[in-house]
Amino acid sequence: MKHRLQFAGKKLLRMVLLLLGVSLAAFLLMSLSPLDPLQTNVGQTALGSMSPEQIEKLQDYWGMNTPLAERYLGWLSDALHGDFGVSLLYRQPVLQIIGQRLANSLGLLFVAWVLSGVLGLALGVTAGCFRGRLPDRLIRGYCLLISSTPAFWLALLLLMVFSVWLGWLPVGLSVPIGVEVGSITLADRLYHAILPALTLSITGVANIALHTREKMIDVMESEYVLFARARGESRRSIVLRHGLRNVALPAITLQFASISEIIGGSVLVEEVFSYPGLGQVAVDAGLGSDLPLLLGITVVTAAIVFAGNLIADLLYGVVDPKIRRGAARS
Amino acid sequence: MEPILEVKGLSIAFQQYDAGTRQRRLPVIRDLSLSIGAGQVVAVVGSSGSGKSLLAHGILGILPYNAAMEGEIRYDGELLTPERVEALRGREIVLVPQGVTYLDPLMKVGPQIRRGKRSPEARAKSRSVLERYGLGAETEELYPFELSGGMARRVLISTAVMETPRLVIADEPTPGLDARAAGRILGHFREIADAGAGMLLITHDLELALTIADRVVVFYAGETVEEADAADFAAGRLRHPYTRALWRALPQNGFMPIPGAQPYPGEIAGGCLFAPRCPHCHPACRAAVPYREADGGRVRCLYPEEGGTP
Repeated sequence: MKHRLQFAGKKLLRMVLLLLGVSLAAFLLMSLSPLDPLQTNVGQTALGSMSPEQIEKLQDYWGMNTPLAERYLGWLSDALHGDFGVSLLYRQPVLQIIGQRLANSLGLLFVAWVLSGVLGLALGVTAGCFRGRLPDRLIRGYCLLISSTPAFWLALLLLMVFSVWLGWLPVGLSVPIGVEVGSITLADRLYHAILPALTLSITGVANIALHTREKMIDVMESEYVLFARARGESRRSIVLRHGLRNVALPAITLQFASISEIIGGSVLVEEVFSYPGLGQVAVDAGLGSDLPLLLGITVVTAAIVFAGNLIADLLYGVVDPKIRRGAARS
Repeated sequence: MEPILEVKGLSIAFQQYDAGTRQRRLPVIRDLSLSIGAGQVVAVVGSSGSGKSLLAHGILGILPYNAAMEGEIRYDGELLTPERVEALRGREIVLVPQGVTYLDPLMKVGPQIRRGKRSPEARAKSRSVLERYGLGAETEELYPFELSGGMARRVLISTAVMETPRLVIADEPTPGLDARAAGRILGHFREIADAGAGMLLITHDLELALTIADRVVVFYAGETVEEADAADFAAGRLRHPYTRALWRALPQNGFMPIPGAQPYPGEIAGGCLFAPRCPHCHPACRAAVPYREADGGRVRCLYPEEGGTP
């Protein structure tokens, strides 16, 4: 038990340091950005018609007159008190925006995450088990093709085929246009989430399948599989009894590590499908120099990714008998 | 007596890629012959790298895809075809592998011994088998990494006797064990043979092999160089100079090593493979040497009667 607590404590400390580093990096990148917040958000024409006093006030609002260190430390001390500030673009509390957008994105991200995990595992195991034969070549070809395809390009392609040409699916947004909020059904939301989720899954599958395939090949070449064959076990039994069991551990790591890729991918995919999720608002905040919002999003997504890795570590302790029994003994 | 296993002129070669896309054939075992009767322990003795393990895999039909096998294997008087061996392995023909790495690291011992069977009969059987080798029921709940070297070997033997095997192939079952533990493990093999099974013991340890073997087949660089009765060793009736060298290299017999090393497969010239290290090499030894009957055993040497003493 003490061992477990120590483990959790170390992880938590690491998470705090990580979030600090990530927020600092995001802040520095934004302050190095050549974008002028006034020109981007107010516009050149509007600026030209303003008095110097008005411009001075706007510059204060966007924080351009405050020294860098002071701005970051100010944000940090507020954030530590649980106050992530108010978005400069939306004039709403940052946490409220993130909450809304995350609620929109979460279903999308979750479906894409589960789908790519399950499909990736199945394809990887199949390819590894039929190494060098037709199923393997097809799966590997697909994976290599997909991993060398940018997510946004794939999103555009799917959009063209399924929305524009075939007209089966909506072109964008998360709900139908011109419909009252109250009358939007879950089916509407699912219908609008299909294409973005599909894009994210298709790109996520490749990585997981290729890694699982490598591990599966290792397992199939192992001495214990050789012995299983010598004992007359069928290929089916070997894959189900030994293959899946031994591929499970790396698959868990891969699956939880892929959270970061899904979130990263969602930024581009939501942009293409005008899907009002967290990814889209992250782009807005970045391009609009909305420092509180961007830092808020960065910290929240980093925390999600970190939590995913932490869950993987903890699951290892449950699944791997070496860790489980080792910890029980000490 | 009809032998349970008869191997005649077995050769195993690998297809390998050599320098880019050029393929080459790497012969690992050449012209191997042996036979095992029911209740008999036949030891195949050779130093590491002589291709011994492949013999086991070849008989069981589990060679890697790039290996090609030629020759004739008869089991119970009939040709052992790939289909036949597939039906027999794990039931009548069983393998006892080298060590714990041949067990699934993430599966408990019990289900591995039972090969996934969950019936009460299978459970009772695995209990009694483990007990026979001095392992308690709690062993079933252990993972392979929790087994000691000696326990792992006994678990592996247990897997072999879950059914009633007629041919047991043990591939280096004793390395890493002290002499007493190794002796106990070999004693278990002797029991299995005494119960009527044929036993092929593949090992590099001549001394241990002699403690239980009825016949000894000596392997050198992928070839059988001699087949002898176990009693021939102590009686000084050995036929091949390599066997004699092996015998004299044992501590109690003089501890005398011979210079040189066995050639690798692929760098083998024609003629007697032992010629470069043989103290009695004749010019005729550079040509092909047949494997022939000699004095109750077999030998691959043109002048077996020479070289009693170097």
